[in-house]
Amino acid sequence: MDQPQALEQAQTPGKVWRSLLRRPASPGDGLFRVTTLLAALSLLGLLLAMVVYLFGAAWPAIAHFGMGFLMRSTWDPVREVFGALPAIYGTLVTSALAMLVAVPVSLGTAIFLAELAPGWLRAPASFLVEMLAAIPSVVLGLWGIFVMAPVLQPVERWLAESLGFVPFFRGPVFGGVGFLAGGLILSVMALPIITAVARDAILTVPASQREAMLALGATRWEAIRHAVLPYTRSGLVAASILGLGRALGETMAVTMVIGNGYRLTARLFAPGNTMASKIATQFNEASGLETNALVELALVLFAVALIVNVVGRLLVRWTVARVAGGGH
Amino acid sequence: MIREERTPQSEKAAPHSGPCIVSEGLGAWYGSLQALRNISMSILAKRVTAVIGPSGCGKSTFIRCLNRMHEVVPAARVSGKVLLDGEDVYAPGVDPVEVRRRVGMVFQKPNPFPTMSVFDNVAAGLKLNGLRAPGGLAERVEKALRQAALWDEVKDKLKQGGAALSGGQQQRLCIARALAVEPEVLLMDEPCSSLDPIATARIEDLVRELCDRYTIVIVTHNMQQAARVSDMTAFFLMGQDRAGELIEYGETQQVFTNPKDERTEAYITGRFG
Amino acid sequence: MIASARTHARRKATNYIMIALCGLATLAAVGVLLLVVGYTLLQGIAYLNLGFVTQTARPLGEPGGGMRHEIVGTIVLVGLASALGIPVGLLAGTYLSEFGGRVGSVVRLVADVLTGIPSVVVGIFVYVVLVRPMGTFSALSGAVALAIIMLPVVARTTEEMMKLVPQTYREAALALGIPRWRVIVSVVVPGAMVGIVTGSMLALARIAGETAPLIFTALGNRFGFAGLDEPIAALPLQIWRYAVSPYDTWHQQAWAAAFLLVMLVLVISVLVRWLTAWRRG
Repeated sequence: MDQPQALEQAQTPGKVWRSLLRRPASPGDGLFRVTTLLAALSLLGLLLAMVVYLFGAAWPAIAHFGMGFLMRSTWDPVREVFGALPAIYGTLVTSALAMLVAVPVSLGTAIFLAELAPGWLRAPASFLVEMLAAIPSVVLGLWGIFVMAPVLQPVERWLAESLGFVPFFRGPVFGGVGFLAGGLILSVMALPIITAVARDAILTVPASQREAMLALGATRWEAIRHAVLPYTRSGLVAASILGLGRALGETMAVTMVIGNGYRLTARLFAPGNTMASKIATQFNEASGLETNALVELALVLFAVALIVNVVGRLLVRWTVARVAGGGH
Repeated sequence: MIREERTPQSEKAAPHSGPCIVSEGLGAWYGSLQALRNISMSILAKRVTAVIGPSGCGKSTFIRCLNRMHEVVPAARVSGKVLLDGEDVYAPGVDPVEVRRRVGMVFQKPNPFPTMSVFDNVAAGLKLNGLRAPGGLAERVEKALRQAALWDEVKDKLKQGGAALSGGQQQRLCIARALAVEPEVLLMDEPCSSLDPIATARIEDLVRELCDRYTIVIVTHNMQQAARVSDMTAFFLMGQDRAGELIEYGETQQVFTNPKDERTEAYITGRFG
Repeated sequence: MIASARTHARRKATNYIMIALCGLATLAAVGVLLLVVGYTLLQGIAYLNLGFVTQTARPLGEPGGGMRHEIVGTIVLVGLASALGIPVGLLAGTYLSEFGGRVGSVVRLVADVLTGIPSVVVGIFVYVVLVRPMGTFSALSGAVALAIIMLPVVARTTEEMMKLVPQTYREAALALGIPRWRVIVSVVVPGAMVGIVTGSMLALARIAGETAPLIFTALGNRFGFAGLDEPIAALPLQIWRYAVSPYDTWHQQAWAAAFLLVMLVLVISVLVRWLTAWRRG
């Protein structure tokens, strides 16, 4: 064996590694590599299969409705006319509401966990916030129906009475379910992931940045606001985008508290549907063209969630690379 | 750049000057680990005081106690007094924010704010203190950059990112940033240790110029630098229990040519450290 | 330059207010968790008894009864899904970590994309490729849907954990003349084992609570396990159906079932934390 010579001539760890890899492979190596490669490629195959088969199953509806599918507002199984607009609208509204609530609360929590919390509190509090991510969607929906909605109802009533001139707050109120409830429950689901990613982003800011600001005579908050947060701005944006991605894909919790409406309306207390909830409630009762239309809806949801998640992940990777490589 | 021969700071005749920062029985801990024990010394106003000693003897900890930066580290605490112009900065009710404005700091590695331009870096401290009128800011920024001997090099680049400068320029930018808020004291924690010799020389020149206006305390592990730059020198050493102690403090000339303590002599002559 | 005392007071006030707001935000986040978990535990434990686990559903209107079919169903689905998803995920993760390369980068991106796919879309996909051709809803298709959700998660976690094993271990083993595949199996995998196990446990906890993909695949079954090619009951599915029903007795059963799910998730989370700490210490 030429092993000892190989090791003597090698001078860098990289050369050692590559020289070791050039050894004649044992038969097991080839088999192992092929097996793992096949497993890895199965992921690729899975994604491709999903695109192909979903597209194929949606094709009759795509061919029939064309772009009008995204613009139409009716869902009529009897006359076989289907339009996705209210569902898309519902997804957008609930996600926007969710972000409106979740982003400030998550950022505040992330700042607290990363910068302000006393040492003994950090780990337990972080653990608790992460636990929120582990609660199954259907359990949260259950809680939403029986705990959140009854509490939300008087609040919505009060808002409808006092601020009803604003289109968002016009009544009637449907027992606490509707777009607002959907948005709130989604914010609960988005919160843990935004907090976790944002907290990690803040933790990567070098201490010298904060210290430089403090040494100039800044208060703790001023140091956070002017030195720490700007440094990791892209990480915070990435966190929010990932939270949005989570909210977009959510099904059960939203389905259980959004009522079951299918109209374009600005009223937050009205029942509605998201793309996910429409599919969940309608699919098993559908047949023929309606099934195709629902698959097409799934395809739209797939595309939207995909884009948002990929953008979010790329942003996270870019942020990490920037801090690691060009960090000051 | 040709350097002229200059007389070391320590050989110039120094008129008598009063104390500016005084530590009395200063002790510092990181959790239960004591880092400094019973440091009592009087830092003279408008002079350069060098703090020397082997690694780990508490030099950086000491100056961080002077501007209440030590307590930023979790579980850190301080005992004793630090008198700035006669008032104890650790007295209850004293706001560390105010202390840090009066006692500025330059760190070992230059740390300009990367998301801010050169101008905004220097102006950062001013904006915190409520000075926002653009005219007033521009004046102050120029003044600080001139004091830091950086104005000519960056006057056309004020809007560019603070991190695009060379290492030496970045450090002078940090000095300008610290000077902009007009502190009384400037603490410098091994400011040249990550710079090349030319940049180091420029900063040493700068220190000598600045001491007309500011009290400067400079931590350095480079004895030649201490000898060149300072009026007074303090020698720290780690004691038996790893807590730093002040061994000797006096005029630089005297400490280097005629040290009173044999440990000082051993360090100066390179027998350890 | 002396700043005005008013500016200084304002800055101090802003400081306190913002810090308090951040603390409040944390309180809100933790508070919601405690509200949800607490309420579930309280409600669930009121209606949970041994009969819940051992008995099946009673006819409507009769109190009592349990969700034995659903519990068994979830166990079957999760077990089968894990048997499908974990081995493939492990192998894929091994490839990503040990062989990498251009193929590896593409697969890694694909895995990240797959983790972001809404679970309802996965369910629709399995409906199209399995349920329709088979002509029936089935436990198999439900398990396949859950496995698809599990697969990319397990793959990425495995990859991350194996990458944490220091390169020097591999080099030392290779230098002893051990074939590469053996090095991976006998040196790297054991070194990453705790992380791989915890990652798989977390993926398992996640799919145990998944509902949407099962709606179109497993469907649910009021009569217990009838074979892999028949519909099968599942705990989260039944929680949903009970929750949206108008009957109080069914609501109670939903809470008890939710209690079980939350307990499962809690236990696994704590176990994972403990295992991770044990490995580090």
